[in-house]
Parts: sequence; C-alpha cells; structure tokens
Amino acid sequence: MRLKTLLLAGVFATGLGLGSANAVTFRYAFQGDLNALDPYTLNETFTLAALGNVYEGLTKRDKELKIIPGLAEKWEIVDPLRWRFYLRKGVKFAGGEDFTADDVVFSVERALAPGSQVSTRLPKDVKVVKVDDHTVDFVLTSPNPILHAEWDTWYIMSRKWAEANGAVKPQPATGKELNNFALKSNGTGPFVITSHEPAVKTIYKPNPGWWGKKEHNLDEVIFTTIKQDATRVAALLSGEVDMIEPVPVQDMQRIDTNPTTSVMTGAELRVIHLFFDQKRDELLYSNVKGKNPFKDVRVRKAFYQAIDIEAIKTKVMRNMATPVSILMAPMLFSRSAELKRWPYDPAASKKLLAEAGYPDGFEVTMHCPNDRYVNDEAICQAATAMFARAGLKVTLQAQPKAQFFGRAGASGGFDTSLGMLGWTPSSFDAWNVLTNLAGCRDDKGVGGPFNYGGYCNKKVDELSAKILVETDTAKRDQMILDAWKTINDETGFIPLHQQSLAWGVSKKVKMVQRPDDQILLQWVVKEP
Amino acid sequence: MFAFVMRRIIEAAIVLIVVALLAFLLFRFVGDPINQMVGQDVSIAEREALRRELGLDDPMLVQLGRFLWNALHFDFGISYRFRQPVTELVAGRFPATFELALMASVFALAVGIPLGVYTGIHRNSMLSRFFLGASLIGVSLPTFLIGILLIYLFAVKLQWLPSYGRGATVDVGFWKTGFLTLAGWKALILPSITLGLFQLTLIARLVRSEMLEVLRTDFIKFARARGLTDRSIYFGHALKNTLVPVITIIGLQIGSIIAFAVVTETVFQWPGMGLLFISAVQNADIPIMAAYLMLVALIFVTINLVVDILYVVVDPRIRVAGGAKA
Repeated sequence: MRLKTLLLAGVFATGLGLGSANAVTFRYAFQGDLNALDPYTLNETFTLAALGNVYEGLTKRDKELKIIPGLAEKWEIVDPLRWRFYLRKGVKFAGGEDFTADDVVFSVERALAPGSQVSTRLPKDVKVVKVDDHTVDFVLTSPNPILHAEWDTWYIMSRKWAEANGAVKPQPATGKELNNFALKSNGTGPFVITSHEPAVKTIYKPNPGWWGKKEHNLDEVIFTTIKQDATRVAALLSGEVDMIEPVPVQDMQRIDTNPTTSVMTGAELRVIHLFFDQKRDELLYSNVKGKNPFKDVRVRKAFYQAIDIEAIKTKVMRNMATPVSILMAPMLFSRSAELKRWPYDPAASKKLLAEAGYPDGFEVTMHCPNDRYVNDEAICQAATAMFARAGLKVTLQAQPKAQFFGRAGASGGFDTSLGMLGWTPSSFDAWNVLTNLAGCRDDKGVGGPFNYGGYCNKKVDELSAKILVETDTAKRDQMILDAWKTINDETGFIPLHQQSLAWGVSKKVKMVQRPDDQILLQWVVKEP
Repeated sequence: MFAFVMRRIIEAAIVLIVVALLAFLLFRFVGDPINQMVGQDVSIAEREALRRELGLDDPMLVQLGRFLWNALHFDFGISYRFRQPVTELVAGRFPATFELALMASVFALAVGIPLGVYTGIHRNSMLSRFFLGASLIGVSLPTFLIGILLIYLFAVKLQWLPSYGRGATVDVGFWKTGFLTLAGWKALILPSITLGLFQLTLIARLVRSEMLEVLRTDFIKFARARGLTDRSIYFGHALKNTLVPVITIIGLQIGSIIAFAVVTETVFQWPGMGLLFISAVQNADIPIMAAYLMLVALIFVTINLVVDILYVVVDPRIRVAGGAKA
C-alpha cells in the first residue's frame, strides 16, 4: 500500500510537474503595489520585505528582530574604524553566479549611486576593501556602533548579473536610461520570482539551491494587490487568499469569528505623534497674532494633558494601539520604562492655559493625513474634541497623504501649525528618531527633515551627536534616556501610540509576524 | 457630409486642448510627488535634486509647454512610481478595461432593450411593475455598494464566483484577454453586472418611454389596421423608431462606462486603467493621471463623433437637413 502511494506520488510529481494536485500554494494580498523589482529604488517596508524573500543582506534579522548572520557568516570590529566581514562560502545566486567579495563591493557602490534610496544604509564616506574572495573590510571615518543595523534590507546583488542585464546603476526616477531589469530579480534568498506584473500579480517559487535551512513548505506563492478594504476581506473570507494585510479595524471581529480565519495582531514599530510649530514667530493658522503660543512650554503641556490617550486607545483604535511616552517603540530602547507620559488632566490644561495668558483658549488649525496611518483622521477628530474640552478651538483639516506631506513636509516649507506624523526608525535605533524628528532644523529641513514642528534644543542635538559614535552600550543608553527626558520635560511633542499590526490569516496557515511588519515567506507553513 | 465630419473633428481637437489645460492646472493641487517617490530617510538635498531632474521646479509656463508638446507626440513620460513609460502602462491596462466595458455594455443592452420593450408593451402587467420598481434600485444604489453586495453574496456566501481580479488571462501578443479561459469569464460576471446595472436601468426606462410614445402614433394604428403581426409592429416598426435617442444615450454611456469604470475596478481589484488612475492619484503620479485624462477625453470625443455620424445613418431626416445646409 505504502509502495503504491509512493509510486503514485512519484508519477504525479513527474507527470504533472507544476500543476501537481498536492502543490502547496500560498496566496496573499496587500493593499499596496509591488512595483519595480530593483531592491534599491524604493525604501518602503512592503517592497523591501517582498524582495527580502528573494535577496539577502550581509546580516539578517531573526523572528525577534535580533541581528543574525546572513551572507556574512561572522564579523568583527578590528578597530572602531574598521569592521571585517567573513562571507559565507559556496553561496550561489539564483542565476548561478557565485557569491564573492566582488559582489559586496559592487553592492556598496550601487547602493551609494544616484537614484538609490538605500544609500542611508551605509555611511557616505565608507570605503570597502576586498581582503580576499570571502573577506571584506568596511573602513569608516568615524566610529559607528550601528553600522550593520539596517543591513538586513540592504540586499547584495551579483556584479556579473547586473553587468549582463544593464543593472549596474539603480533605475533612475526619470527613466532616461530605462531598462528591463527593473522587472527581473536575481538574489541568493529562499525564493525566486518567476513572474511579475507590477501592481497586479507576482509569483514566487522556492529557490532549490538556497544555502539556508528551509522552514516553509510552499511550492508556490502568489501575491496580488487588493486596494479596497471590503474586497480584501471578502477574498480572505471566501478562501481565495490565505492572508491579507491590513485588516480594517471594523472588520476584525468578523474575521475572528469566521471559523476558517483569524486576526494576527501585535504592536508595530511605528509610533504616531502630534507636533506643534515651535519655530515661527507667529503661527500660520491661528487667531493669535504677533506671537507663537506654542513657544510657551505651558501651552504645549496644556495640549498634551488635554489628550485622553486611553479613550483614543479603546474608542478610536478599539484597543489596537499601545500608548507610548516617547517617539519610538518602547521595545527598541531598554530603559523606556523609566519614561512616563504626562497624565490626562483637562483641569490642569485649563490652568496652564490661563497661566500662559490664554484663559479662553485660542484657535488653531490642525493638519492630518487621512490615508496614511491606522484611523489617522479619526484620531485627529478625537483629539480636536478633547482639545475643545480644555477650551481650545482646533479646526481639523484632514487630507490625503500626497497633499498632507506636500504641505506639512520640507518641500511645502512646513506649512502647518499643528499636526500628526508617524515614524518608524529604519535602523531600529534611537539616533535615527532623535535626528529625524527632534534635531534642530533650518527652514529647508536640514538638520531634522521630519521635525515638522521645528522643535529645537541644542542639548538634545549634542547628545544625539554623541549617541551616534558611542560604542559603550550602558553609556549610550544613558545618553538616549537623557535626551528623551529633556524632550518630555519640554513637551516638545505629544507622543500618542504604537499602532498595531493586523493580519488576517487563514487557519490553515502558520506564519511569523515581526513588529517591523515584514511579510516573510520563509516562515510560512500551510496545511496542504 | 465631409464638411460636417471636418467641423466635428476641429471641435474635438479644441475639446482635447482644453482638457489638457485643465488637467495641467489640476496637477498643481495633487500634492508633492517627490515625497511619494522617495523613502523617509532620503535627505532634503537628494529630494531637491530629484525635483530638478524631473523638471518640477521649472516655471509654470515652461512645464505647460513641455507637457503639451510631449502630449502631441503621445509621450506622457515615465511614471514616477512604476518607472516605466506611461504609454506602455496604460496600453497594458487597456484590454482589461475594454473587456469589462464591453461585457457591461452587452449586458446592459441585451437585458435593457427587451426589458424596455416588454414594459412598454405590457405596461400594466404585474411583471412590468416589478421590473420598474427593481430598476429604481439600480438607478439609486451607488456602484460600489452594488459591487460589495454582489461580492458578499456570490463570493463569500455562495462561493460561486471570485471576488477580485481577472481570473486567468491569455496573452495574445499585444492583448491580454480573459475571454479564453473559464476563470476569466467567471471573473468577468460580477464586475460587468456592477458596471452595467445603471446603464441597464437607464436603457430599459428610456426604451419603455419611447415605446409608449411611438405606440400612440398614427402609423402604428395604420399598421394595425393593415393587419400586420404584433411582432412586426413592435420590433419592425416601433422599436426601430425609438432608436435615435437610445443610440445617443448608449453612445454617451459607453464613454462613461470606460471613464467611470474606476469605481468598479477598485471594488473588484480589476487591473484596468481606472485602477491605475486611482493609484496614480494616491501617489501623485502626474504622468499617469495626465495620460488617463487625455485618453478618456479622446474616447468621449471619438464616441460623440461616431454617434453624430450614426444619427445620419439611422434618421434620414437629419441627412436631408444636413445636406441642405452644406
């Protein structure tokens, strides 16, 4: 009997090949598109994760986001200015090319070339030295304790393949040197892409020659974009797809109560906050003329204490959020528990406003995106109502993200007085947050490009400069703590919460959800 | 006839130029494309360099001139988001939209005209009243709601039909068609009904009222007096005479079926031009938006032209009047 089954299985496997009835196909749908397959042209979580199934970095991150060896077997810091990486031997690209030190040198050059969006993964003045075929040195001009922190999404490409396919440089945005390679891929990872129609459908197959230990049982993966929330949910409920992201907050219960599906949730690294314009001498959108009330710490604190964060969490987010006290996810900073939020206290808000000279409050316009973060507009609506209770008349202007970032961002000249922004540090490290969100900036944004409100404290800037180069973890954490304390004491921002990830998953499927929101096929197991 | 067509073509060209101007003006307000193109960590200097490279910081008039000049050559540039030529992208999506629009129109006509004729002839029967009542729903329910209801019923509850996409397509050179596979046909059903339902009710009601009108006229009475069969009276004489207004409406509606397939395509994740356009709006992908708007304008203008010519063919009175003027 067993022999017969085996024989039959063999016949099926050889005879039917691709269309085998037992093939395990995993289908998933995301709200956004997968565009070009060049891993250096779009620095966006979903795209990088999709390509992370095909390409690999020198380092990788495990299920708990800890840095682990990837294409580099191990590494050492020879001296603070020289890191040595020992490359894995016997690794081949899917196209058959051997992986060597040349490919690393090439990938550094390509990542730093114009048009690349992953150039921030490497210091601008880094020098790469090939020691031998499987050893590379990275020579720095200043110490950098987090040099390899973002390398799990800086993918190594094959020099030979790139040269053969005209992919030596990243695809430029203007497309003057347009190439077909943008739709091809050739990595060392666990999967290969066999067909790709941008924004429609992408098909993956396992890479039989992968060097690592296979933890999935998939024979084929089909990715499709489904933009409309209701359709995406319907596709999951009807069993047409095995996994969807994101699940709209209002449909969670429906998916969870459905017998064949469930919702996987977890805190995401992204932290949502509100910012105030503290830079201009007069607010652009307010009835207070001749001065900027947000320059007064009491006013900022009054706004902060008017926010009932628990109500936002339970009512607006339906518990799909974790309130935070700083602008980064607590799990990314070991001492975050020592930092506390200002308590919700509308009476205190009123008192602070009176002390600051605004006993009757004042009017100001708040700008929010309405299609960028989970329930972004609803959060802002709730916040305006809470401000009103403290006597503040805040008018909400919620816009699609293209307009919102065009206005409130550097390109629009930070044209806003009060607003909402979310941030995920790509390096999973405090320095990224401190410089981008809280660094002193000029009118163009140099110094703190995403510091929309223009918060500025020289002490924080000095601390973050030191944090960048300090290699002693205890000392470094102390400085990070000091910086956050300073920012909190001055109420530079109103941190709100970490939003939660919500994946709708068929009960036939087991997968790993990392807080960085990458959908990685390597850890997907599906019952046949 | 020639003068008539020439006049129409010149008018069409003017319409296209006006659309181009309006489209260009609109693009000032769609937001900042640069921010949608780059990641959060990209420095301000690099953003400015990209802006310069794309020519987005040139004076308005220079940009307008470049846009019109390139549009004249059917060159709409490179999509900011996809980094591929826009003409190729739109052309690649056109078959999906066209097949959907075609099936929706066929559905609307094949059901709408008989329904109109029936309710026109038997205007007091129970069935007619039921059809008319039901058609009100078709007119008043928004498209996306109909789509979601159909998905819920046929995809989630009954699991007969797919909820999204085109099923399996076959690539015949330049055209990806869903007509050659069973999955492709199944995937067409729900979106076609959703898109065609409004047109169906419109056509049914129009044909009905025209039928009522025509059936009251003298030549129908004479036809009856001559003892012609019902069939010949209704279909050979009455229906034919209702067709002029019906053709106008159908012509205009085919234009809007293609142009407003946007909603249906979004609901069903139908990979056509409308879906491409919606993503382009979200990402401030100006080249795609421009190409799409121009294409839709072109389709409308062309259909109007064809309808005008069809009038002449169907109704000899117009031919005579036009000929006399020319």
